[in-house]
Amino acid sequence: MKQYLNVVTAYIIMFTLIIFVGVFQSWSQALSILNYCLISAVMTIGANIQWGYAGLINFGIMGYTALGGLAVVLVSVAPVPEAWKAGGINMVGSLGIVVAMIFLIRYVLKRIQKSKQRNYLIAGIIVIGILLIRLVAGPGIESIEAVEPAKTGFLGGLGMPILFSWIVGAFFAGGLAYIIGKIALGLRADYLAIATLLIAEIVVSIIKHEDWLARGVKNVIGLKRPVPYEIDLQTAPWFINLVEKLNSGKLKVIDTISERQDVLNQLVIDASSVYVKLCMAGLFLSVVIILLIVTQKALYSPWGRKMRAIRDNEDAASAMGKNVVKEHLLIFILGSAVVGLAGAMMVTNDGLFTPGSYRPMRYTFVIWVMVIVGGTGNNFGAILGGFVVWFLWVEAAPIALFLINLFTSHLPETNALKIHLIESAPYFRFLMIGTGVLLIMRYRPQGILPEKIIKQ
Amino acid sequence: MDILNAIVLLLNYTIIPALSYGSQLALGAIFVTLIYGVLRFANFATGDMMSFGTMFAVLLTFYFQSIGISLGVLPTALLTIPFAIIMMILYMLSIDKFVFSYYRVKKSPPVVLAMVSVGVMFVTQAIIRIIIGPFDRRFLDGEKFILKANEFKEITGLNEGLTIKSTQAITIVVTIIVVSIMFWFLNKTKTGTSMRAYSDNEDLALLSGIDPKKVVLLTWIIAGILATVGGVLYGLDKSYKPFVYFNNMLPIFAAAIVGGIGNPLGAFLGGYVVAFGEILITYAYKKFFTYILPSSLEPNSLMQLLSTDYKFAVSFSILVIVLLFRPSGIFKGLRI
Repeated sequence: MKQYLNVVTAYIIMFTLIIFVGVFQSWSQALSILNYCLISAVMTIGANIQWGYAGLINFGIMGYTALGGLAVVLVSVAPVPEAWKAGGINMVGSLGIVVAMIFLIRYVLKRIQKSKQRNYLIAGIIVIGILLIRLVAGPGIESIEAVEPAKTGFLGGLGMPILFSWIVGAFFAGGLAYIIGKIALGLRADYLAIATLLIAEIVVSIIKHEDWLARGVKNVIGLKRPVPYEIDLQTAPWFINLVEKLNSGKLKVIDTISERQDVLNQLVIDASSVYVKLCMAGLFLSVVIILLIVTQKALYSPWGRKMRAIRDNEDAASAMGKNVVKEHLLIFILGSAVVGLAGAMMVTNDGLFTPGSYRPMRYTFVIWVMVIVGGTGNNFGAILGGFVVWFLWVEAAPIALFLINLFTSHLPETNALKIHLIESAPYFRFLMIGTGVLLIMRYRPQGILPEKIIKQ
Repeated sequence: MDILNAIVLLLNYTIIPALSYGSQLALGAIFVTLIYGVLRFANFATGDMMSFGTMFAVLLTFYFQSIGISLGVLPTALLTIPFAIIMMILYMLSIDKFVFSYYRVKKSPPVVLAMVSVGVMFVTQAIIRIIIGPFDRRFLDGEKFILKANEFKEITGLNEGLTIKSTQAITIVVTIIVVSIMFWFLNKTKTGTSMRAYSDNEDLALLSGIDPKKVVLLTWIIAGILATVGGVLYGLDKSYKPFVYFNNMLPIFAAAIVGGIGNPLGAFLGGYVVAFGEILITYAYKKFFTYILPSSLEPNSLMQLLSTDYKFAVSFSILVIVLLFRPSGIFKGLRI
């Protein structure tokens, strides 16, 4: 039991902090923080599988997150029949060309010996393929984007339940990871970091600029939800009764009926948003728990031991007959799929898909900070890192504001420095996260909850 | 005549912008490559360090303008570069002393140093945003154009105009000066040779009495000069915005790897490879072909390989192709 003491203490402190936010700010705010903490935790589990289990450095998290989000749009949004009529054939044709290209390249790779000619041939296939696609897809894209550009202007999705898209998101991200892994996994660690960072940037720029796919920077709003809507709850009698019952003490004090009705309405509105967020939190929590169980089992299975052996000494592991390349590719795909799942969860939580918001700062580096701070190689640590860093990321501005006011309280309100500092309070989050990482890397390089190796 | 028009068109819209953008990238890429070659880690704070130096140039420019100092036709920012460089070097040296030196002494693996540089990136971004804010700032003053399109048309009688912005000319001239001094220093002087020796083989270099502290100090000083000059030139040409500088790290990394990381000459050329790649692939050649082809063959489409939205993606694709076929870069990396 004693060995779990620090884990339990750390989590208790974390949840107390979130409850503090609930008491002092609002429960709705606390629950949104909790939801994002849970999503971040899924992302850190993914990154931790790659970095903690296998020592693979993947700075492409942004790309997988965006692909997960794209999956939500492609799966859950209702299809746009006019757009399909206008340009569907062209797009299906281009997809056919892409598939043909892939098979041609595979054929060339298999049949022709490695040589300069082969490289030129592949380059030729790609260039001709791109030109063909532009020729076929060009008019289709134009006519699709012309269909009610203010509302749709894209092909739409399949109109399936949104929860299904989480799985699809994981598959999308895993597929991308397969391609990236094939290209980049042989590289040295820091090259791999740069290569994945840049490839993720390519993926996001494609999602941003291909409007026919998911409206690009025009965003897709009003996505389906796996949980009830606030408006429906506010008119549902059972919900109003529930709120009335829960707040009966507060309501009894008020005398006039009309006033009581007003207070009740306000309470119902607040409670509906809390209820929706609670439902989301329940969904996310179950995902986190399932992932945690699976990853813990994997970590302490023979497979997990093999991964650690490969991480700690690649040469020795490969001398023992382990296929390092294959295992690296597998773990790269698995980790990325988990990140894709998190991306889909995040878009579901927000209810909108905004490709313009995918930036490496927020979706790659912050996630990495979470893994490092929490504890590499330890799933509980990684999840805790997601919680701590996200909490700081959100609450940094209020904390900074409080500190600034404290230290400049002797200055007059019109002091230029004070005004400047208060205006720049939001940027103190970068400072906190940055110094946090530097301190952790220096004094506790294994993270808050270090990796534990159970000898069997 | 048409041929001349076509050439001027290309010069105006592709070659001159690519040369100046390439120079800005090249300076950054040499900075990345030097740190990688001597200190042996990928510095993810590159863009923000460039931004940090530029921030001082911007602030000093505003100050100089307010007290009435200017360089006449040249931008005031050029006058502020030396001061900005000094601030930059001081910042870099203190970062090295408090952060990087610990891991260097401990001989941590490069990945750890790269992670630490991510921490430095966050801190630098915070400092920049707290001091100057996240906004877009223009600090170019003096003459804006060396050659205006109309003047060029009048002088030559061609249909196509050629515009040369003063920032483009300044960028190219300053880059040539800075880079040639740097290469002279690295290749001809004794200290430069000792730096190259240290980068090639640390143990041998230590054995032959090269002082590692001096090498590290020199590297940060050269890196500080390159970062500040590159950052200021970019800011003059476009504008100064911290977020853009952070993003510029990506094509700069691409340039450094394409050129062969660790090889300054490669990084220098890599900057131009990336810049020309970006601009030549996303330029619409329709007008160019209407000049050189007979009217019967005139193209209907824009004759554009990729839309300009994919500018960044092009440079990253170049990188992926290079990684696939020549992982050590076009110009053989890891030698400085």
